[in-house]
Amino acid sequence: MHPAPSVIVFTTLSGLGFGLLTFLALGLPALSGWAAFWGYGAGFALAIGGLISSTFHLGHPERALLAFTQWRTSWLSREAWASVAALTVTGLHAIGPVFLGTRFALLGGLGAGLCVITVFTTSMIYASIRAVPRWHQPATPPLYLLLSLAGGALLAGQAPAAAVLLAAAGAVQLWAWRAGDAAFARAGTTIGTATGLGGRGAVRAFEPPHTGDNYLLREMVFVVGRRHARKLRVVAFTAMIGLPLVLLAVSGGALWASWLGAALHAGGVAVQRWLFFAEAEHVVGLYYGRRVA
Amino acid sequence: MTDLPAETQRKMGLVIDLDTCVGCHACVVACKGWNTEGYGAPLSDQNPYGSDPSGTFLNRVHSYEVQPERGPAQLVHFPKSCLHCEDAPCVTVCPTGASYKREDDGIVLVNESSCIGCGLCAWACPYGAREMDIAAGVMKKCTLCVDRIYNEHIPEEDRVPACVRTCPAGARHFGDLGDPDSEVSRLVAERDGIDLMPEMGTRPVNKYLPPRPRDEEPVMDVLGPLLEPVADTPDGLLGWLDRQLSKL
Repeated sequence: MHPAPSVIVFTTLSGLGFGLLTFLALGLPALSGWAAFWGYGAGFALAIGGLISSTFHLGHPERALLAFTQWRTSWLSREAWASVAALTVTGLHAIGPVFLGTRFALLGGLGAGLCVITVFTTSMIYASIRAVPRWHQPATPPLYLLLSLAGGALLAGQAPAAAVLLAAAGAVQLWAWRAGDAAFARAGTTIGTATGLGGRGAVRAFEPPHTGDNYLLREMVFVVGRRHARKLRVVAFTAMIGLPLVLLAVSGGALWASWLGAALHAGGVAVQRWLFFAEAEHVVGLYYGRRVA
Repeated sequence: MTDLPAETQRKMGLVIDLDTCVGCHACVVACKGWNTEGYGAPLSDQNPYGSDPSGTFLNRVHSYEVQPERGPAQLVHFPKSCLHCEDAPCVTVCPTGASYKREDDGIVLVNESSCIGCGLCAWACPYGAREMDIAAGVMKKCTLCVDRIYNEHIPEEDRVPACVRTCPAGARHFGDLGDPDSEVSRLVAERDGIDLMPEMGTRPVNKYLPPRPRDEEPVMDVLGPLLEPVADTPDGLLGWLDRQLSKL
């Protein structure tokens, strides 16, 4: 799949933002006054900035409000509702610590739950697409959720929680890569089933429909070199899991280490998201005889 | 709404005969011609006369080589367009309701005035049947020529999709696949019509008729297998070269 910058920026930033808002809404840490203003401000800036970036790849962003209508079947529509609900409730909750010097715990708990649900709906947009076997696997939603919460814990300076969440995210990431590498073969889709000719012999794409490029190839048949993909996996894992864990360990969970770790983590997640798209093979590539070498 | 109808009254679709298709691409041209002037936004081209031309098409013809275990390879021309699936994953993912499947004839359509051009439906389709039009910013797909098949202003023989009307080989058939007695349904039953990617669970309405089996390669002579094979080791200068090179 084409790794569109707008979608990488969107999932990385809004994942971090909703993760941070989850912790703040739970009162971890229980900020008040200006500290709460800047904390919530950062969470909203990340979450809303990400959401705005996601509209950049739309053909008709002026019709974006229609995306609220099909929540019964569409995870994208559910994400629209969940994100607005999460931002509204955490926004109302923020009034307490910022202006009144008090916390409404129930509202905070509701807001935190909605933030988690929002990240879950984002993950399900990808996990629900059967035509991309690497995404259509059980590890996709927990991976998105754990990375979002781990990033949020780092930003919120919750060192013990961050360490646990980072370790869990790392384990799920390894599982997701392992299962993802086998997913295409497990889906059972081959050039033989795609053309229905597989029973008659070995099928080979002889001639494409056109000599030029097209939307399908640009959008869904992005072929990434396997050797570089391996290197990038190491880079992503080191930056988003390894280095933040080392920083937390050597500093004894100091705030500066958490924030430096959060910056490294965000960079690592951006690389991970690039891979999430670039490595994902859409079955339509079979019609063009294109598989990752 | 993007809920799929539990059952459609009719299942209008295409039956494509892979045995008969000659790969002339006339259906591609007829489709582009009709659909760029009729229903919805035109099918735009980008840089059509330049070095890197591309454009929106609702129907494309691939060609595949099939090498059986025995005998010569076979070339199969393979037109591909929307299969108007009964469990259309492109419809349910649409966040705006622009994508829908009609309850009366099962045709999958895009309401272009509410399409936001997010491209999620094209991701969800395993067949690559949907293409975003770069100029219009909306998703385009085969409409089964809805503006022809019910159009009483054109002669009756023209009330079929443009690709079917134009096919010079008679490789494309149009009809109601929900009616077991229709011509297309009988054709599918007779020729063991197949679904593309059945494992994707989309239950496509369009069917493909596989190529008929070819004749066996003729044996030249009944005594042929008894003859000594042609000596394939060269003699003379070539033989000497072969021996010397083998020694190296």
